[in-house]
Amino acid sequence: MNITLRVNGESHDLDLDPRVSLLDALRHHLHLTGTKKGCDHGQCGACTVLLNGRRINACLTLACMHDGDDITTIEGIGADGLTPLQQAFIEHDGFQCGYCTPGQICSAVGMAEELRQGWPSHVTDDLTADPELTRDEIAERMSGNLCRCSCYPGIVNAIRQSLGEQA
Amino acid sequence: MRPFDYLRAESPDAAVQAAAAPETMFIAGGTNLLDLMKLEVLAPARLVDITRLDLGGIEADGDGLRIGALVPNSDLAADPRVRRDYPLLSRALLAGATGQLRNKATTGGNLLQRTRCYYFHDRDTPCNKRTLGDGCSAIHGVNRNHAILGTSEHCIATHPSDMAVALRALDAELELLSPNGSRRRVALADFYCLPGDTPHVENILEPGELITAVILPAPVGGRQIYRKVRDRASYAFALVSVAAAVRVEDGLIAHVALAFGGVAHMPWRDGAVEGFLQHQPPSPALFAEAASRLTAQARGFGANDFKIPLLQRTLAAVLAEATEVTA
Amino acid sequence: MKRHAKIDGPQTDRRLDGMAQGVLGQPLDRPDGPLKVTGRATYAAEVRLDRMVHGVLVRAPRVGTLNGFDTERVRGMAGVLAVLTEGLPRNSAQGAIAKSPPGNEGKAQYVGQPVALVVAETLEQATHAAWTLEVGIMPSIPVINPHAAPTEFPEKKQRDLGDLEAAMAEAAATLDETYHTPTLSSAPMEPHASIAEWDGERLTLHGAYQMLKFNRKQLAEALGIDPSAVRVLAPYVGGGFGSKLGISAEAVGAALAARMLGRPVSVVMHRRQVFEMTTRRSQTQQRIRLAADVDGHLLGIGHDALVSNLPGETFSEPVQQGTDFNYAAPNRKVVHEVARLNLIACGSVRAPGEAVGVTMFEVAMDEMAHRLNLDPVEFRLRNIPDHDPLDGKPFSSNMLAQALTEGAQRFGWRHQPPRSRREGEWWIGTGMSAAVRVNMLTESEARVTLTPEGRAKVETDMTDIGTGTYAILTQIAAEMLGLPVAQVETVLGDTDLPPASGSGGSFGAASSGSSVYLACLEIRSQIAARLGIAEEDLTLKDGHAIHANRTIPLSQILDAPITTEGHVEPGDSGKIARNATYGAHFAEVAVNDVTGETRVRRMLGTYACGRVLNVKTATSQCHGGLIWGIGMALTEELIHDPRDGHAVNRDLAEFHIPVNRDVPDLEVYLLPERDDWANPIQSKGIGELSICGAGASVINAIHAACGVRIRDLPATPDKVLAGLMQIES
Ligand SMILES: Cc1cc2nc3c(=O)[nH]c(=O)nc-3n(C[C@H](O)[C@H](O)[C@H](O)COP(=O)(O)OP(=O)(O)OC[C@H]3O[C@@H](n4cnc5c(N)ncnc54)[C@H](O)[C@@H]3O)c2cc1C
Ligand code: SF4
Ligand code: FES
Ligand code: FES
Repeated sequence: MNITLRVNGESHDLDLDPRVSLLDALRHHLHLTGTKKGCDHGQCGACTVLLNGRRINACLTLACMHDGDDITTIEGIGADGLTPLQQAFIEHDGFQCGYCTPGQICSAVGMAEELRQGWPSHVTDDLTADPELTRDEIAERMSGNLCRCSCYPGIVNAIRQSLGEQA
Repeated sequence: MRPFDYLRAESPDAAVQAAAAPETMFIAGGTNLLDLMKLEVLAPARLVDITRLDLGGIEADGDGLRIGALVPNSDLAADPRVRRDYPLLSRALLAGATGQLRNKATTGGNLLQRTRCYYFHDRDTPCNKRTLGDGCSAIHGVNRNHAILGTSEHCIATHPSDMAVALRALDAELELLSPNGSRRRVALADFYCLPGDTPHVENILEPGELITAVILPAPVGGRQIYRKVRDRASYAFALVSVAAAVRVEDGLIAHVALAFGGVAHMPWRDGAVEGFLQHQPPSPALFAEAASRLTAQARGFGANDFKIPLLQRTLAAVLAEATEVTA
Repeated sequence: MKRHAKIDGPQTDRRLDGMAQGVLGQPLDRPDGPLKVTGRATYAAEVRLDRMVHGVLVRAPRVGTLNGFDTERVRGMAGVLAVLTEGLPRNSAQGAIAKSPPGNEGKAQYVGQPVALVVAETLEQATHAAWTLEVGIMPSIPVINPHAAPTEFPEKKQRDLGDLEAAMAEAAATLDETYHTPTLSSAPMEPHASIAEWDGERLTLHGAYQMLKFNRKQLAEALGIDPSAVRVLAPYVGGGFGSKLGISAEAVGAALAARMLGRPVSVVMHRRQVFEMTTRRSQTQQRIRLAADVDGHLLGIGHDALVSNLPGETFSEPVQQGTDFNYAAPNRKVVHEVARLNLIACGSVRAPGEAVGVTMFEVAMDEMAHRLNLDPVEFRLRNIPDHDPLDGKPFSSNMLAQALTEGAQRFGWRHQPPRSRREGEWWIGTGMSAAVRVNMLTESEARVTLTPEGRAKVETDMTDIGTGTYAILTQIAAEMLGLPVAQVETVLGDTDLPPASGSGGSFGAASSGSSVYLACLEIRSQIAARLGIAEEDLTLKDGHAIHANRTIPLSQILDAPITTEGHVEPGDSGKIARNATYGAHFAEVAVNDVTGETRVRRMLGTYACGRVLNVKTATSQCHGGLIWGIGMALTEELIHDPRDGHAVNRDLAEFHIPVNRDVPDLEVYLLPERDDWANPIQSKGIGELSICGAGASVINAIHAACGVRIRDLPATPDKVLAGLMQIES
């Protein structure tokens, strides 16, 4: 199948087996290996990318379904110098082995936008009010990104710091 | 994954016509279908991609709301009308899956997601739902996350959706389009099937039939609660969940709608229990009695025995919270 | 020049304390950080090679004798290049041994065993073909119940001192309870992956492995070639936690297929295969007996464990490793029994032994404190031995009392009877536990080069699996050579470099760090010699040598780079003194009275691990241990089917490792310590200590909160609920 993917602002024409997941298209066909595969079943968040600005699991969607779509991967974040979020991850040691990290960062970027849009979460007390940037809100919203090295404290602090600074 | 033909539907009519062919399935968010296709539990020969169809809006429908089948779970949970008028639905959606999955999962796909029974997901173990007649591995196997109500000797799987439980309590209806072009409306109450001796049949959809929308009736008001009991604080399927919409007027329960997740092959609702609560003054004793009536026919299979008391206690606690009556 | 040291006794010169650069121990950001946060660090499966093809492993669906595969049909499928059914190991190699993993002898000995590899042009083709391959098996009845299995009693693991039975009979207070922990899995986020490429007779393997010098030998033996013909590369590894100590089927399969096809082959395990084809932590049954006098002094300690493994595997979860020296008591008995089962192979998982052994022992200690009506902190303080209770050896250092006292004070510990605090539906309670973990040193080598321009390079085949090796080796070299850290480059993960300890058993940092220290010491000696002074009198800072009020740039001392090697080896030190690390955990939990759900509200750990090399990365290691403790206590269990033993919940949706929301704020305090017996840098392991008993503090807090005593992990809502209902009735 012939499709065009816009990845990090660049268009790529690809001829793919319809079975190729968006994740494998990125990793194997575009050689963008920053997006990781931890489970291939939507269970770990390592493959998180932004699809037209929204965070999704790249492993659970087919590349051929995204003809013409805009995808941002970790390679597209901080390409011209680290973003404050990436810097905060380093400063707060929000990773150890680093394997979940691109997914955590893409997820955090998507989550920040969701917060800006006023989306509630499971821990939001008042559904009709705008959610606040609390520790619990961040932890809840980041729970789709597993980290077996268990860097959750650093991840939460890094996000809190970088979003807090923007707010 | 078995090789398949991929087809992008340009219109709902084209979609249903294409899907009428054998071994053909719709794909929406793909978060359940691809999961199972990768395990070769499902192996369609053809996929009809419906994601570019115009089924994405949330609109007023009389006093109610019409939710397009492709509305992502995130958008539905965040919709201001849903948050204000159907908070139960927002809460249920937000208790399900993860942020990334909710962004992709659709309203229609969520309703049709398959059970999380371990054996159903494992081609190397017998499962009647996968291959009728092979036997059920769960009944004498690991059945901690299995059903206690409405089970059969052929299958004890649960329906895993949180959203569907809320929709059941809210008396939602589905709008369906069939390959012959006809449309019908079906109450969610009549949509799902119990396993009986046909556990592979999970709902009343005809081959090729498409869910185009979910219709919510006028808001019922009152206190709305979705309580999900799970193994982790976030991102885990329900052990048991209770959806409740309760209104108390003049010291009596004026409206009560209750639906239960994690306990049956479908979102469970028990009219007799609601009837019993109706017009009664709320009290711990009343809640306890309602809980014991709810589970009168419940049956455990070993590892899931705990769901019976867990369901009773959770219901009693939800009713207490909804009516602000505590022991 | 090579500087060698065999550690036969205390290393009292503490040279590192005399250095001037001031970077060691500092919370340096990881040098590998920028690569990791931008996705540019390349892991095993991410190497790009021309003509590379993909292999997918096939599992045994049942136990029995292998009798044929329908390879013909699969060979005819689109893109399929090869179907390999011979030569794959039965299970992963154990850690730190040079032997290849065992073959399968024509049998599927557990469900999930790798039995074939299908290779095709694309991953999609190989995956589908692997699903299609039918594995012929003459079924036999698997042995999966440890109580109905043949068992062994490894001689070295039994202990019998004094007379425990008599102590139990005479004591004022006793405890005799049985505890269970389930099968657990490392579940690193990077699945096991290997890319193999041959250049004539030489093999290069890009692999996700922890101990390269052993991995190279294991692989060479499995392939029947000389280790010198194998190069293993692992610059970045996405977590290991023991599961990547020894080579697994994907490495052997990739190498065999690549040799056969003359093309590079990539084999990445599917997440489900990671659970089945690599090693698990054995389920354990632990009978713990305690006898104490009225004042709470222990008179007797008994710890019997039943663990399991596949027939022929030498590893058995050393459950009682910490029991040998944790508390004083004249009468001690340890029975260690291994059941031979047809289940996934067992191997080392983060802190093998103490992770589950100390955890359950610390639950027993809590129960005993209650029986004695003693504050559990005080009970432990009363029983700290002043020498090794087994053989009277001195402790290299024993910081348990300080860890307990400091932790209790920082946490605001207050001993309260169960069910004394409630907030709405939630019971609130606090619990604590001690932490102990053996400390080891293993042989390690490194090469260090210093240039006249004041740049240094550290090279060793050590790995950084998230443990912070890049950071700490950089810091040690910078400190010793007096350089800003930016001037030091550390190169790891390549068997062409000097062989290191590898990452395992918490010995990696101290062992590889010691080798770097020694190499740097040699450089210092050479510089001192050129200046005509003693090494002790040399100060190096910011690229300058300072001596007798003179500051000389390195460029004036060196006309060419100096390259040295450091080589550390364990000697008698570990035999003369008991080497271990100590700590304490404190937790506050809320238990829901309606549902039995438990949430951890806060947690604190105090640890002593000798010299801290980087307080930031060390703290992160401790967070990891605490969070693994939360998982072990509350959610983690790999469940075996009761009929054939296969792991039913072998994925990351149903094997519940903690998610972000399960984890509260954590506090970690590292106690100042230098352990001279440990090694020349006086530093000890930290990555594992913090999991040893962490879960017990949570379990003990559940009891303090709601009165329910969980003896069977994990404390899922069903179990807590059963306890709550028992109390109610
Ligand atoms: C790791 C993980 C955790 C999860 N946790 C939860 C949880 O806690 N709670 C919960 O409720 N869910 C959970 N889910 C499930 C998730 O909600 C579903 O996967 C999702 O809702 C399915 O929607 P989809 O659009 O992706 O469906 P798809 O995968 O696209 O489709 C699912 C099925 O519906 C059919 N279909 C889709 N749309 C239509 C339509 N309009 N008309 C007719 N047929 C249609 C497809 O043919 C397919 O058979 C989890 C999923 C994962 C992977
Ligand atoms: S419970 Fe249903 S889905 Fe599960 S094994 Fe039995 S038949 Fe299959
Ligand atoms: S790889 Fe996609 S969620 Fe794990
Ligand atoms: S940093 Fe290793 S898994 Fe998150």
